[in-house]
Amino acid sequence: MDLPSGSDGAMTRGGGGDRVAALRKTVLATLGAVLLATSGWSFYQSRRLPEPVVLGPGVTRVRTLGEYFAGVRGTVNDCRLYFLEGEEPGGTVLVLGGTHPEEPAGRLAAWLLVENGRMAAGRLIVVLSANRSATTVTRLGGAYPPDFSIPTPWGERTFRMGDRWSNPLDQWPDPEVYIHYPSRQNLAYVDIRNLNRTWPGRPNGTLTERTTYAFMELIRKEGVDLVLDLHEAELQYPVISTIVAHEKGRELAAFVSMLLTDTEFKMGMEYSPKTLHGLSHREIGDHSQAIPLLFEAPEPFLDATRGRTTREALLTGKDEFVKRAGQAGLLFETMDDNGWPIDVRVGRHTSAVLVTLEVWTDFYPDRPLRLEGVPRYADVVALGTGHWLQNPASAPPGRVVVE
Amino acid sequence: MVLFQGVITFLYYLLVACAAGLMLWNLLRSRRWEEEVLYLLVVLPFLLRLFRLK
Repeated sequence: MDLPSGSDGAMTRGGGGDRVAALRKTVLATLGAVLLATSGWSFYQSRRLPEPVVLGPGVTRVRTLGEYFAGVRGTVNDCRLYFLEGEEPGGTVLVLGGTHPEEPAGRLAAWLLVENGRMAAGRLIVVLSANRSATTVTRLGGAYPPDFSIPTPWGERTFRMGDRWSNPLDQWPDPEVYIHYPSRQNLAYVDIRNLNRTWPGRPNGTLTERTTYAFMELIRKEGVDLVLDLHEAELQYPVISTIVAHEKGRELAAFVSMLLTDTEFKMGMEYSPKTLHGLSHREIGDHSQAIPLLFEAPEPFLDATRGRTTREALLTGKDEFVKRAGQAGLLFETMDDNGWPIDVRVGRHTSAVLVTLEVWTDFYPDRPLRLEGVPRYADVVALGTGHWLQNPASAPPGRVVVE
Repeated sequence: MVLFQGVITFLYYLLVACAAGLMLWNLLRSRRWEEEVLYLLVVLPFLLRLFRLK
């Protein structure tokens, strides 16, 4: 690889030429170091962008996932768990935000629960970053923005954009074929880093498998009755604007679907396939006492036929190309000039959680779950998601933590 | 599986370090500015990976 000297203005060997070459190399090396430092700093900051969480009046405890399973303690996925405990006893519900961080409405809805919610009866455990590793990277080659900001009455709150899969810096390499544990079903290789393909996990597995195992330990040890997993889906994906329910929760999900469709917005319901493994709505139900439900809201930003992946497109949910795909009959959800703004998507999730808890309390009055203070769909759409995000600067001392 | 991942990751980073070292070595030995710029640009992602920044 030692290349000969060129003649096109290159240096000739000798004292003067060597000095010029050394000077040139020094200048180039300095430029390279500057490039390395600026790009490296940018990546470093993106990975560690602090996301403040104001502990609302209903948050009684903050724990970490590592307290339930030492295999994730101290890792990037040792995420926080926010406990909202009511004065009246009741059931226990776990809400998972950030299973797929690139579906931000799920995370933001969970944020609104933590910053506004109070449990009158029962316990609510909220996770904002179920796969925290996946919040530190964006889809490789997807040109996604590293973060986005939600306007609020007092300024902006900035959140990491995140990805569907754990960061390859935290778990790598992927196998040729991912063999799911314990079913031994063959899945796409990349899904070994997908938190919603590794349930119920295993204690000696990969980081993502250990994370789902830790959540299973949490569900078992805390006696969780109900798990709500908040997602978003591309409009070209048939599982959209719907609840996916384990058979243990089919009546609950059917009632929630009917109530939401009748009173707030269209929401479908379908069964979790018994032969598709690794998903929360299948494995949590099969391997614990809890009833798992997964909620999907529409996110055009994820569609394969989308246009530019800008911050504006993420927040407005507008995309000319996805709209044209809809005109060609290629979508499973409507898409018009209004798009699917982030407030609509977040509001769908907050109302879905509230209605689910209301129906649960009707079904199981001996284990009530009564949540107050959380905005419904109409409130979030009318006032915006940012209206319900609290200002960390004016929060009481000790009531702000960072995700 | 996890053990293999660890071994492969270690070997991978070793490979990245070697490739980055070779490119820096060639940058020093090269006498043509076009090649020097090329080596510099190519080595950057290797260094970012080596330092676990990207």
